[in-house]
Amino acid sequence: MTNGPTNISRRAFGQLALGASTAALAGAGAAVAAPRGAPIKVGILHSLSGTMAISETTLKDVMLMLIAEQNKKGGLLGRPLEAVVVDPASNWPLFAEKARELLSVDKVSAVFGCWTSVSRKSVLPVFEELDGILFYPVQYEGQECSRNVFYTGAAPNQQAIPAVDYLLSAEGGGAKRFVLAGTDYVYPRTTNQILASYLATKGIAPADILVNYTPFGQSDWQGIVAQIKAFGSAGKKTAVVSTINGDANVPFYKELGNQGIKSTDIPVLAFSVGEEELAGIDTAPLVGQLAAWNYFESVSSPANKAFIKRWHSFTKKPKRTTNDPMEAHYIGFNMWVQAVEKVGSTDHDKVIDALPGIKQPNLTGGIATMLPNHHITKPVLIGEIQDDGQFNVVWKTPDLVPGKAWSPYVAETKNLIGDWTKPISCGNYDVVKKVCVGTKHG
Amino acid sequence: MGNTRHTWWRVCLVLLLLGALFAPGMSRADDKALLGLRGGYDDIAAAVTSLADHHDPRARVLIDALRHGALYKASDGNGLYIETDHGFVDAATNAAAPGLDPDALEKIRQNNNVRVAVAGALALLDLAAPDAATRRAAAAAMLDHPDAALLPALDHALASEHDPAARRAMVLARAASLLSVGASGHGVPEQLAAVAALRAAGGAQARAILLNIPAAPPAVRAAAAEAVHAIDRELQLWSLAQGLFYGVSLGSVLLIAALGLAITFGVMGVINMAHGELMMIGAYVTYVVQHATMSVLPGDAGLGLALAVPAAFLVCGALGIGIERGLIRFLYGRPLETLLATWGLSLVLQQAVRSLFGPSNVAVVTPAFMSGAARLGGIDITLNRLVIIVFAALVMLALTVVLRVTPLGLQMRAVTQNRRMASLMGIRTSRVDALTFGLGSGVAGLAGVAVSQIDNVSPNLGQGYIIDSFMVVVFGGVGNLWGTLAGAMSLGVANKILEPLAGAVLAKILVLVLIILFIQRRPRGLFPLRGRAVES
Repeated sequence: MTNGPTNISRRAFGQLALGASTAALAGAGAAVAAPRGAPIKVGILHSLSGTMAISETTLKDVMLMLIAEQNKKGGLLGRPLEAVVVDPASNWPLFAEKARELLSVDKVSAVFGCWTSVSRKSVLPVFEELDGILFYPVQYEGQECSRNVFYTGAAPNQQAIPAVDYLLSAEGGGAKRFVLAGTDYVYPRTTNQILASYLATKGIAPADILVNYTPFGQSDWQGIVAQIKAFGSAGKKTAVVSTINGDANVPFYKELGNQGIKSTDIPVLAFSVGEEELAGIDTAPLVGQLAAWNYFESVSSPANKAFIKRWHSFTKKPKRTTNDPMEAHYIGFNMWVQAVEKVGSTDHDKVIDALPGIKQPNLTGGIATMLPNHHITKPVLIGEIQDDGQFNVVWKTPDLVPGKAWSPYVAETKNLIGDWTKPISCGNYDVVKKVCVGTKHG
Repeated sequence: MGNTRHTWWRVCLVLLLLGALFAPGMSRADDKALLGLRGGYDDIAAAVTSLADHHDPRARVLIDALRHGALYKASDGNGLYIETDHGFVDAATNAAAPGLDPDALEKIRQNNNVRVAVAGALALLDLAAPDAATRRAAAAAMLDHPDAALLPALDHALASEHDPAARRAMVLARAASLLSVGASGHGVPEQLAAVAALRAAGGAQARAILLNIPAAPPAVRAAAAEAVHAIDRELQLWSLAQGLFYGVSLGSVLLIAALGLAITFGVMGVINMAHGELMMIGAYVTYVVQHATMSVLPGDAGLGLALAVPAAFLVCGALGIGIERGLIRFLYGRPLETLLATWGLSLVLQQAVRSLFGPSNVAVVTPAFMSGAARLGGIDITLNRLVIIVFAALVMLALTVVLRVTPLGLQMRAVTQNRRMASLMGIRTSRVDALTFGLGSGVAGLAGVAVSQIDNVSPNLGQGYIIDSFMVVVFGGVGNLWGTLAGAMSLGVANKILEPLAGAVLAKILVLVLIILFIQRRPRGLFPLRGRAVES
């Protein structure tokens, strides 16, 4: 049943990609040698239907754009790139099935995909078994380091920890009390666990931390916002760190506005609210609330301006927003292209070994480096919501922050590192006992 | 030593000369502030505070421009400009600056520290405003950030203040400032008076100030501790009342979502899985109507909302009649098939809306009169919730009237209670069926209008309400509007009482467990009623 429609859509997208490459052939024929030979297949594993479609469809589109652009530049190794799009339909077990299909039937050279951590966990055994390459573009909770996955989104030390540092600093208001509010699933729970132990090291007493979880799609926030307000009226500066996901954020922010909580009283710093999430709401009451990401559409670097321009002309929608995971795919795709060109082949093992050390300019003016633990270096930006639905960057780490797979603030993983270069070649290496803990890296 | 002094004098001389050069244009403090406004966030905050402290004549213009995002600096760091309706004005000379390249200008932005400084500066400036309400608001803003440095200004303002409300706010702000860090030279009696003033005012804000009195004599500290204790007792009572309001508010949302279902499922016995989608369509009708009226009358969100009420009722009612005629009437007496067919229909409706309006949320604007909260004693009544409570009550009332008083209501009840008899009496039962289903669907549309004000309007909107609606109807007793009311209110209040104790997730689970236990004891709900559903 589920195979029928997705196969159709895949074929349709295959044709689309073919069409795009033909168009590229016709357009750029004179300037660059047209790619020829058997196409190199690139898998795109993003949900195009179901609850995650809102977020993931954009990533499918940006991949199609990057592939079309690469073909215009003459393809890869002189061969054209072909996108193979599958639709895992926001269904976690289907992610694993579709991943297997991409790797064993279509024999793709690399896969760009997944959004939620649960979908990544679902495909992980497939990629390890069939020795595939997955580029995962979304900020996540860490505590994972697989040889077959390249994590181009932020690890907790590239988003959560610097963001909390900002709230603790005088510039960020010098918060002394924290509300950790999140949606009830693996990412907020893991992140909050890390944050609670981190705040303890910064001298915040457990009594000054309020942890609150709500179900997906929570719409009645009255009681919880009142609770936050009461918690914030103990005379110490209070801040909210929000890992609330999806469109539950809209009624949450509305309720904050209705109960008169201003960003100057209790700032809310969100990890999962981006340009896309703000697209549907009047942001005037939210001005001054914060979000931490590694990219904002409003960053006015030349690379970003050019990227947005190409995005608008590719999608033919002059107002379509860009966001952080899109930049992660941009970096990941270009790193993969560089690695393939470096080894002159798409052989998985060779490309995996070639990727660490590859450098690629990001869109905010820095240079991202692929690290031995398969995470990348990123700047951390704190943005304030503006009344036009965009973010104004108010703070930024002075240097790029290298991603850490394992958190030093969780007792079981504080001695672990990931290093897939020789001689260690291990995803969970214990630096104290000097042993590789095991083959499981998830 | 001599050398340093020599240099120091030279610097002073140069500064004096420079000062003389610029003297006709502005004062020294002014100059420094203008420079600060072009600096980093900390410099901007300091500049704003200094402008207000010096009662600089240009303070208000500059701070207002900053607040509204109309203050610009030249990208090379020189020059400060204010954007007005007639182009740019040089902030230093107040002269028009025509021919300025907007690309060479950079907007001066705020962060939260700057916003605090701006609020403080405006409060200081407004303390001498001619309007009493403005003065009161200024004093209230000072209470948010009490500071010993505010005392002279407050003393000065109090000396000439005659408006009682403004006076009260100033006395309170003065008391808070007197008890804040750095206030010195005040005797114990004065501090005790300040504690008493805050105690009398009560509330969470006064409690926070009293909790954090820095080093004070033991008598003051004891008085403060006692005041905190007393305020805590008050707050506890108020929080109970507040929780009750939240419960009633959640109950009213559940009620309005369930009322339509109470007709289609409760009265007619049709398991209508597309009920949530009818609500969703009602919400989209609100969006379309509001969009249309706001393109004619920009800024008036209320009119669109008011027009959406009849529009959503008619659209969803007509759709409901269509669904009954085209689908449901072939499936009477076959609940399983009805369930599957209406579930399929719900998917069709969702996808249709997704194709028409796109998968993302659409923005329904909340009118100004429904934003914010009113304070009643110690509780916050959020206005949009209050409007929904009133709206749900009105719909409930109207529905009761329709069922009790109108001929249609009579026919509906007759058909429900004994279809054959009603048919023999000359009632066209199939027509009544269609109208009943239409009425239920129309009410679902009304629920959509209400929900559009508090929830996301997306194609998935209905899925969040369908389970809760069935729960309310079954719990309240199938076929009984009053049962639905009682069910909605008890579920709402139970949820909101459990939420602060157990957390949102556990509260929901507990409520579900309680319902399961209750339904096992009383399968027909709170208020069971006889009807076609019972007989079959």
